[in-house]
Amino acid sequence: MRTPSQTIGPFFRGKLLEQPIVFEDGDARIEGRVFDGEGVPVDDALVEIWQPEVNGFGRCATGPDGAFHFRTQQTPHANVVVFARGLLRHLVTRMYFSQDEVPSELTDRRDTLLARREGDVWRFDVHLQDPKETAFLDV
Amino acid sequence: MGERPDPPLDFPDYKSTQLRAPRRPFVRLASFDDAAGPVFGRDRVGEHDNDLTVGGALGERIIVSGRITGRDGRPVRDTLVEIWQANAAGRYAHSADNHDAPLDPNFSGAGRCLTDGDGRYRFVTIKPGAYPWQNHQNAWRPAHIHFSLFGTSFRERLVTQMYFPGDPLQRFDPILNSVTQAAARDALVASFDLDATVPEWALAYRWDIVL
Repeated sequence: MRTPSQTIGPFFRGKLLEQPIVFEDGDARIEGRVFDGEGVPVDDALVEIWQPEVNGFGRCATGPDGAFHFRTQQTPHANVVVFARGLLRHLVTRMYFSQDEVPSELTDRRDTLLARREGDVWRFDVHLQDPKETAFLDV
Repeated sequence: MGERPDPPLDFPDYKSTQLRAPRRPFVRLASFDDAAGPVFGRDRVGEHDNDLTVGGALGERIIVSGRITGRDGRPVRDTLVEIWQANAAGRYAHSADNHDAPLDPNFSGAGRCLTDGDGRYRFVTIKPGAYPWQNHQNAWRPAHIHFSLFGTSFRERLVTQMYFPGDPLQRFDPILNSVTQAAARDALVASFDLDATVPEWALAYRWDIVL
């Protein structure tokens, strides 16, 4: 029997190792916020990014405004994992830096996986639930 | 062993799922590659990070140990295991926990270690207390320890909770009962482990994890 998942709950902050700077020399600054189904910022989520091409792993707890950030190298995509109180298992999605890279299976939800360039920053927000729900992946 | 017997995301008895559980179907990508998982934190694990009682925590000292294996039974070696928990009075050392129970200045409630060559981990801690959590009238979480595990591939990533045997609160807990298969719920409950106890010092629990 595989061990089932349980929610991360609200009290992990300061207990789990964090690593928002994935690569000291990374030139991609990623900023995003996590929102619930009413558009309220989720201030107790844990966001992880994983970039297998460069074995880059980062982890950042969201702040009071639901915000997270990473500094890393730009790769075609980054896997993004979200944990939070109220999520009985974690969610997996992907962040792409270019429209051309977003897979066609995502059809009308392709935009939810596309980071937007804002000045020096790549912005990638995560919406847990309708109406702007991010496309989450079945892995 | 195939799919992990995970709880559903939408589980109304656990109120916080209401505005956070996704509603739309998940998308399967042909290009998804379950590559080797991240290697994280090895250089940040200190020799005594698996002993949460360093400094003299209050409560019943316990040993929690077990073995982490993959679906095929192979041990998961050198993988980061992180735990966090409430103190003996049922209070987390966390600014968002306002339960009227004492904090223990000598207990942070966080620990970490790497598994050994046989996939084994071991923590020394104190038995966490139950605590109320306002999910419903008179709601109490059964005693539990949170675990975070990486494994060897992306699909093995797991965050879960370990429970203690014989806890009468378990049957009322929507988080544990969100796992619908009884055998899978049982897999979240540790066993008393007489062989791992240290006489005159600490009782022990064993909890094996299959990623």
